[in-house]
Amino acid sequence: MTGIIDYGVGNLFSLCSSCACIGEKAFVSGDPAELAKADRLVLPGVGAFADAANKLRDTGMAAFVRAQAAEGKPLLGICLGMQLLFEKSYEYGCHEGLGLLKGQVVPMEGRLPAGLKIPHMGWNALEVKGGTLLAGLSGQYVYFVHSFFAENCAESLSAVTEYGIPITAAVERGNIYGCQFHPEKSGNVGLSILRKFVRI
Amino acid sequence: MITKRIIPCLDVRNGRVVKGTNFQGLQDVSSPVELGKFYSDNGADELVFYDITASAEGRKLFTDILTEVASTIFIPLTVGGGINTLEDFDRVLKCGADKVSVNSGAIRDPDLVRSAARLYGDQCVVLSADVKRVDGQFRVFAKGGREDTGMEAIGWIKRCVANGAGEVVLNSIDTDGVKGGFDLPMLEAVSDAVDVPVIASGGAGSAEDFVTLFQTLPKVDAGLAASIFHFGQVKIPELKGLLKENNIPVRL
Repeated sequence: MTGIIDYGVGNLFSLCSSCACIGEKAFVSGDPAELAKADRLVLPGVGAFADAANKLRDTGMAAFVRAQAAEGKPLLGICLGMQLLFEKSYEYGCHEGLGLLKGQVVPMEGRLPAGLKIPHMGWNALEVKGGTLLAGLSGQYVYFVHSFFAENCAESLSAVTEYGIPITAAVERGNIYGCQFHPEKSGNVGLSILRKFVRI
Repeated sequence: MITKRIIPCLDVRNGRVVKGTNFQGLQDVSSPVELGKFYSDNGADELVFYDITASAEGRKLFTDILTEVASTIFIPLTVGGGINTLEDFDRVLKCGADKVSVNSGAIRDPDLVRSAARLYGDQCVVLSADVKRVDGQFRVFAKGGREDTGMEAIGWIKRCVANGAGEVVLNSIDTDGVKGGFDLPMLEAVSDAVDVPVIASGGAGSAEDFVTLFQTLPKVDAGLAASIFHFGQVKIPELKGLLKENNIPVRL
């Protein structure tokens, strides 16, 4: 059973539907006692990093997620949820993340070659570097929507995508997983990634 | 390399797709759920559902259908038609839409784009602009292209993007329905003016029109069409094959 962490950020409809589609029982909750019963956790998120990080901290969810991760429970961060796994983000200031992975989140602005639009929005190809979750998916297309990306994360980097420069597409370290793209919006490739995660 | 997106648009009235015709292997071509699934399984990169219902019952039916579509199709969904308030945004987002397209609503309430972008993020707000040449000027039209607002289009689109529209669908009324190709001069003017993704709409009559679009205007991100896909004149896998042959990046 998969627990989808609800901390007041983002639209969880597609994530729930995609779990149902792959036959995985999933529930949405903001209650640590309920989420603790799940076999694995998904940390979703869209919007601003600072706002999400504050909500995680204020709801007590940050401490709970860190504790669950330390116990070895599989955790998958998606999009902003992946970015929150890192130490800090330079999205409009400098904000602390969960610190579960080494690295930082930085703006694309000023780092991409001229002429590339921000946000990086649309289908782009995976170049898998390691890990288990995306094994065999090099060259497959997944759906991205983001304006910030993780860097200095060599320790956990499992896939990049090319957008003028290599952009961190996925990370993996021990029981901690993250996708910058949206597996729940990436067609059959995305569903296959979720299917693999729920079988860990 | 990010790929060019191919987007079928489904107009839905009273729960049924308008214009749907003959598809092999599809029992009910007027079912938004079946047709949406068909496109999703056959290479569409994104789907646009446009609610052209006027009645409240029709609207309820539309949101029910949207919920069903979003429960079975796992590619990005954009929803438009009758989006006039933040409550309308909320209504369709809760049913599983990823992006919400505003047209007349943004003309009527100049603050709608800004407040929606603040609440849901720029990536969620799509400006759909119906534009037509009048007296040598690009003009914004309202009410499904029936009413000249008198506003110059390029400036208006720029203001909407500055207010937070994360994407622009440009429907050229001049080329719409003609099937003689996309409106390249109009698209060029818009894609030079904004730095968010621009989706070309109106005028596609063949697969070659998409090749011409992306070769002439590499800044355009996506091509949208309805009837040529619905009538099976252009099949998306074949279209994408042709684009790839012409070195245009696509998701195959």
